[in-house]
Amino acid sequence: METTTHPPKTYWKTCGALMLLLALTWTIGYADLGLFNLILALVIAITKALLVALFFMHIKSSSRLLRLAATVGVIWLLIMLSLTLSDYFTRGWVPLNH
Amino acid sequence: MEATASLNERTEPTQSLVARQFDDLEQQRGAAELGMWIFLATEVLFFGGLFLAYTVFRSLYPRDFAAASHHTIVLIGGMNTAILLFSSTLMALAVRAAELRNQTTLIRLLLATAFFGIVFMVLKGIEYYKDWTDHLVPVLNFDWHSPNPGPAQIFFWLYFAMTGLHAIHITVGIFVMLTLALMARTGKFTTGNYTPIEIAGLYWHFVDIVWIFLFPLLYLAGHR
Repeated sequence: METTTHPPKTYWKTCGALMLLLALTWTIGYADLGLFNLILALVIAITKALLVALFFMHIKSSSRLLRLAATVGVIWLLIMLSLTLSDYFTRGWVPLNH
Repeated sequence: MEATASLNERTEPTQSLVARQFDDLEQQRGAAELGMWIFLATEVLFFGGLFLAYTVFRSLYPRDFAAASHHTIVLIGGMNTAILLFSSTLMALAVRAAELRNQTTLIRLLLATAFFGIVFMVLKGIEYYKDWTDHLVPVLNFDWHSPNPGPAQIFFWLYFAMTGLHAIHITVGIFVMLTLALMARTGKFTTGNYTPIEIAGLYWHFVDIVWIFLFPLLYLAGHR
């Protein structure tokens, strides 16, 4: 829905940021931070995905309709993950009495 | 009749680019973009099922998953991440070139995007070959020299399912880019209607995002 073209500078800046984040996640991958390895890896991956969606896929300058369609995809995924995991992660909480 | 004729004359330049159910190019592009985003939402769930299975089994067997992940080739996985991020940048610039009606740049950037897709597939192929010779392919030749091969086999089943499904998407993307590059030679996308380039770009960026998550989950999980 955008009529003005995006300057190439934006794309190269996004590319640079993505490469830096890749270097960061790769480095952290070799350090032993316990649970924080997974948390940081996911935070960095989500940040990278947001950069791609916002700047390469033009969500930043898109209509609200397209933003809604993009968000809904993620929300459906979160519903699927949270409902299934709330089963798996709570199975040991209550002992089964037969 | 008079009125209809003058209306047709007025909209004549873009007439052939706009399908008859749309008022103008803008509306047509908006509909195509919305359709693509809805398709991508179904793709999120398509891959999402595998990410869900990964999450469940990793939470059940964290140590076995870390041990199995140690056998993936991080160098290839990381290089492929950089290659896809770079090709996505080129694709974004290709959409811009089409928008600016720059046919030569558009064709070059589409070919470059496809080229990096092919480089990705070659590296992935080398890695798959190495996985085969290391006996890491579930069912076909899986051989695990530790007491608990079951969870490791589940990890590699997920590894092949997730990277395999992703590789199919990359292959489709390569053919899409090459086809668009051929079609672009007629000037089809540089006369005002660059929607197909933009839609293909959305697809390529989505496939890039999937790999952004696959790299830390499959490759980096066991290397600390």
